[in-house]
Amino acid sequence: MAKPVLQVDGYGKYFQLHEQNKLIPSSHNVSFSVHAGELTALVGPTGAGKSSVLKGIYRSYLPTGGRILYRDAQGHELDICLASDHQILELRRREIGFVTQFLHCLPRQSTLDVVAHPLFMNGVAREEARQRAAELLAEMNLPERLWSVSPATFSGGERQRVNLARGFIARPRLLLLDEPTASLDPETAECVIRLIERLKTEGTAMLAIFHHPETTRRLADRVIVLTPPPAVEELLKEML
Amino acid sequence: MNKILEVRNLGKIYGPGCPQCIDSTGPEADTNLCPHCDSLVAMHGVSFDLFEGEILGIMGESGSGKSTVVNTLYSEQAPSAGEAIFYDPVSAAEGGKSGKQHELFALNAAQQRWLRNHRFGMVYQNPQRGLNFNITAGGNIAERLLMSDLMDYGAIRERAKSLLARTEVLLSRVDDLPKNFSGGMQQRVQIAKALATRPPLLFLDEVTTGLDLSVQARILDLILEIQQELKTSMIVVTHDLGVIRLLTGRAIVMKYGRVIEAGLTDQILEDPQHAYTQRLVASAL
Ligand SMILES: Nc1ncnc2c1ncn2[C@@H]1O[C@H](COP(=O)(O)OP(=O)(O)OP(=O)(O)O)[C@@H](O)[C@H]1O
Ligand SMILES: Nc1ncnc2c1ncn2[C@@H]1O[C@H](COP(=O)(O)OP(=O)(O)OP(=O)(O)O)[C@@H](O)[C@H]1O
Ligand SMILES: [Mg+2]
Ligand SMILES: [Mg+2]
Ligand SMILES: [Zn+2]
Repeated sequence: MAKPVLQVDGYGKYFQLHEQNKLIPSSHNVSFSVHAGELTALVGPTGAGKSSVLKGIYRSYLPTGGRILYRDAQGHELDICLASDHQILELRRREIGFVTQFLHCLPRQSTLDVVAHPLFMNGVAREEARQRAAELLAEMNLPERLWSVSPATFSGGERQRVNLARGFIARPRLLLLDEPTASLDPETAECVIRLIERLKTEGTAMLAIFHHPETTRRLADRVIVLTPPPAVEELLKEML
Repeated sequence: MNKILEVRNLGKIYGPGCPQCIDSTGPEADTNLCPHCDSLVAMHGVSFDLFEGEILGIMGESGSGKSTVVNTLYSEQAPSAGEAIFYDPVSAAEGGKSGKQHELFALNAAQQRWLRNHRFGMVYQNPQRGLNFNITAGGNIAERLLMSDLMDYGAIRERAKSLLARTEVLLSRVDDLPKNFSGGMQQRVQIAKALATRPPLLFLDEVTTGLDLSVQARILDLILEIQQELKTSMIVVTHDLGVIRLLTGRAIVMKYGRVIEAGLTDQILEDPQHAYTQRLVASAL
């Protein structure tokens, strides 16, 4: 079988909170892999560290243990834990997309430009980028009258579709999804699910967290069960 | 991606200085004032790289040395220590003098002025520092163009007009004095002026501080549009974490003249490593 796009090996993350003099774990010894054309789902109770794993891979969090091997289109391997900030920015621009529940955008930018932004950054001409953004938004059922205004005042579901479209548009090889359908009505959620299915057939590797177990069942090729990491005191006791 | 600026061990001490200045100042010592000689260590050991088309943020509380960093790079004042290499992307693109690099602090005053007029742009918090309030908005831009290589008077006027239009300053106000403008409009004229020579490197020092939120948003939009369109590299100084998040990809955090943390902007805001940064981010929530 082809080598995975992403291989996580013994990933660990501890937050050192200086003010409170505390060490808080979010993940301990997590391992799994993500393959091209497949969706790996992370499941587990709240606080199990699902979101933290995605953030560690995207390097919004600095991993404190383990290896996160990313294999790029040319077959080169890079340990995300050890990569430089510029290497990470380059990966984010070309290879790895992240869709969270939050959308940071400028109040004046049109929805079309917000969605097309990753293409602008990759040097795609403005009009072509906007054209592709329009196609994607149409596919996601976002009413056309909203395209020219800023998403700043959108409802949760409308905003989430913009967020997803922006995450999809540059066709990242690896897509990280944190509850992408959480705030959507069933009909819109179905659009997103079908889009994810299409991306899978087109070869995108995905690592996702879903709000509804049925969505996981329907989309996941592998399911990784996470449990909340033991408190630091427990770990220390074990080691002594 | 190519490097445009390399800054190494930049330092600035106001006062006579003594052998204990460095050891007795900084975040640990909780001061930037040397108790032995009363000198002020405005910055010490500041190092970072900037790549073409990148926006780097400098954050930190008042007095931490943020402006000192950009002022020395813009040759407004000389550092006491360190070096900065500017890799000129324009000369590289024009061929011939390809990849020309300048050790900024080894240049004479005339050479520094040339870089300021042709390759760098600066936008200040206080528009009075960046604009000549006694001449018109159009005149301010023409003034900067006259100091660069554009000679033809008609071309200068055309360029000034298009820059003001680009920054959304009404053309009907080209001949007005900037002192009669609103704060947001003054900032836009300042940005137009800084951009007049299409500099590859732009310094922005607290350019939205003190403006209304909606005016701020338009300025931030404008800055991002410019960066996307012209691929201008920028150093953005601000203590506003919202501005840092919206504009920058990487950032450094300063305290008492030292860089205490550097990283990807989202990482600094979501997983700050240093105790001081943790407090800074928590207090902004
Ligand atoms: N930036 C942070 N600073 C400190 N602790 C954090 C941080 N991020 C996460 N944690 C801790 O890590 C643990 C895992 O959090 P995480 O958000 O990854 O869980 P989750 O599985 O995504 O939960 P949910 O299903 O509620 O979204 C939590 O106990 C949380 O307190
Ligand atoms: N000409 C000067 N003589 C003496 N001290 C100075 C001089 N200029 C600046 N300083 C001091 O150097 C330190 C750094 O100043 P700087 O202007 O770089 O801070 P800053 O981080 O930009 O602060 P702010 O957010 O308030 O603009 C401050 O303590 C300041 O008082
Ligand atoms: Mg979560
Ligand atoms: Mg300042
Ligand atoms: Zn001293």
